[in-house]
Amino acid sequence: MDNKIPKAMLLSLYETMVRQRMLEEEVVDLYKKGLIPGLAHPYIGQEAVAAGVCAALEKDDLIVSNHRGHGHSIAKGVPERAILSELMGKDAGMCLGLGGSMHSTDLNCGVVFSTAIVGGGIPLSVGVALALEMDKKTNCVVCFFGDGATNTGAFHEGLNLAAIWKLPVVFVCENNRYAVSVPVTKSTSAPIAQRSQAYGIPGRLVDGMNVLDVYTAALEAVSRAKKADGPSLLECETYRYRGHGVYDSGLDYRPQEEINEWMKRDPIQSFARKLTTEKTTTIDELEAIRSKVKSTLEEAVRFAQERPYPSEDILTRHVWA
Amino acid sequence: MNATMSYAQAIHDGLVEEMRRDPKVFVLGEDVAKFGGAFKITKGLLEEFGPERVRDTPLSENAIIGAAMGAAIMGYRPVAEIMYMDFLHECSDQLVNHLPKMHFMTGGKLTAPAVIRTQYSLGRNTGAQHSQFFPSVYMNTPGIMVVTPSTPADAKGLLKTAIRGNNPVLYIECAALYGNKGEVPEGEYTIPFGRADVRRSGNDVTVVAVSRMVGEALSAADALASKGISLEVLDLRTLVPLDTEAIISSVKKTARLVTAEDSCITCGVGAEVVARITERAMDYLESIERVACPDIPAPFSPPLQKAYMPGREKIVEAVKRMMTSMPL
Repeated sequence: MDNKIPKAMLLSLYETMVRQRMLEEEVVDLYKKGLIPGLAHPYIGQEAVAAGVCAALEKDDLIVSNHRGHGHSIAKGVPERAILSELMGKDAGMCLGLGGSMHSTDLNCGVVFSTAIVGGGIPLSVGVALALEMDKKTNCVVCFFGDGATNTGAFHEGLNLAAIWKLPVVFVCENNRYAVSVPVTKSTSAPIAQRSQAYGIPGRLVDGMNVLDVYTAALEAVSRAKKADGPSLLECETYRYRGHGVYDSGLDYRPQEEINEWMKRDPIQSFARKLTTEKTTTIDELEAIRSKVKSTLEEAVRFAQERPYPSEDILTRHVWA
Repeated sequence: MNATMSYAQAIHDGLVEEMRRDPKVFVLGEDVAKFGGAFKITKGLLEEFGPERVRDTPLSENAIIGAAMGAAIMGYRPVAEIMYMDFLHECSDQLVNHLPKMHFMTGGKLTAPAVIRTQYSLGRNTGAQHSQFFPSVYMNTPGIMVVTPSTPADAKGLLKTAIRGNNPVLYIECAALYGNKGEVPEGEYTIPFGRADVRRSGNDVTVVAVSRMVGEALSAADALASKGISLEVLDLRTLVPLDTEAIISSVKKTARLVTAEDSCITCGVGAEVVARITERAMDYLESIERVACPDIPAPFSPPLQKAYMPGREKIVEAVKRMMTSMPL
């Protein structure tokens, strides 16, 4: 499979992950400086999942995201400046500053919505898929959620309904091992991918630290959805390096050794190693990508900082359509 | 020209007419297809519109609302049926945390014109989990319209407005009214939201009534008329938006206000009506009373249910208390 993937796609996967990582490191920094109010949930460590899944999508394919959603937006092509402006509560934000870190909508990029209620995006994504199916479109929708969401009623209701109606939706569970502080082993009775069997849909366990594995698995699930063969569940095993949110060290419930072990499998570094050892690209070429991403990000930070806060009249403008 | 038909038939007809008019309108819910809905509102729809537009769902209220909302933001106009209002608590996440806020949270980028039809069954001996009427929960949830028709004509006209509008709507029917017959205009009509209807003009007491209690208030007005007491009966028709001006103008005339609803009294619709009138028209006001269910779960046994429910007699008693306490 690897050999068939064009170099441009490989470099694009790398660039997406670097954009996600650099953005989130900046977010943590801006939060510490008091420039990002409220909550923010860094995607650091999980980059391969959204990068691999969204690479398997076309522009008109859609995603429904969640509270840890900045990486999903990046992977779907949303510019850093729109994300950062939203996180800072500025008028140029994706949701005009009304949403915040946990809400993203950019219909030009296919980002339908991200919800701040764990599991809440699943029923919504089923409705989006229903509309695609009724419109006889060949697009699909991907719904991202964490391991915690798989224990909500919304997960059960949503997967069952999508399965009986054979809807074009791909359910992507990012199993980062912890629902805030509770480990998946103490919260979840059976391997998550196996739960697909209860709904009669394919379920697959994927190495969520390996962007090519994710990409390959996503291609198959997306193709199935687009052929009207119905939904699939991908469980991507991954890890968040940071705490649940920017305010959480993540060290109260996880040993440092465990974090170190996962960081040895870092999705960006391991992919860079693979690309250079296989001579697909050079260190210099990757460095050029990093510096391009960095300067885009710096420009985005300046942009967001300079933007004004929304005017108060917006408070009443979007309550009713 | 008018036709005489039941409240249930009027809702059915409104739905059918909207589905014929707009191919984006579709129906989903438990037992809505072949069975025609638990209260037969969707009977015949499957035969006319087919399974694509008339969809039976599993017992998954969260997924029903989520599916309706997702389709709505993609350009459809779904009408979801939740069999009993009590079951709205099953889907509060999608109905409260998501649907009303989609437009706002996205800075206006998404609209979610989904209509959620449901009914409350107080008065039908269905017990504590199949009788509740709690519209004020949704009055306290900005972003969703709340509609409570009391007549066949209103039921049809308000449903059409609900389906054609661009906002989410909670459309609450009353099962005790399904068999009630009334005059319904023939041909095309809609009824705007936010306009209360003065169902009877009077001078002594304003009764602000919701849903089933409108009929009870009119019946109380008949009973009191023979005693020389004149009631003005205001049917709110929609609770969001709430026609505050109509209430104020009536109370300025009568100086006495009775609210009447099938909710439990604490934090009910009446509480909000009284608060608004107190803020805006206190100087005109001589007395207030709320007629509602007590803060007790609905009982089953028929005599207990009768004692529990508000109705004509409780309105009459409230009015009499007011009229005797005030010098005429």
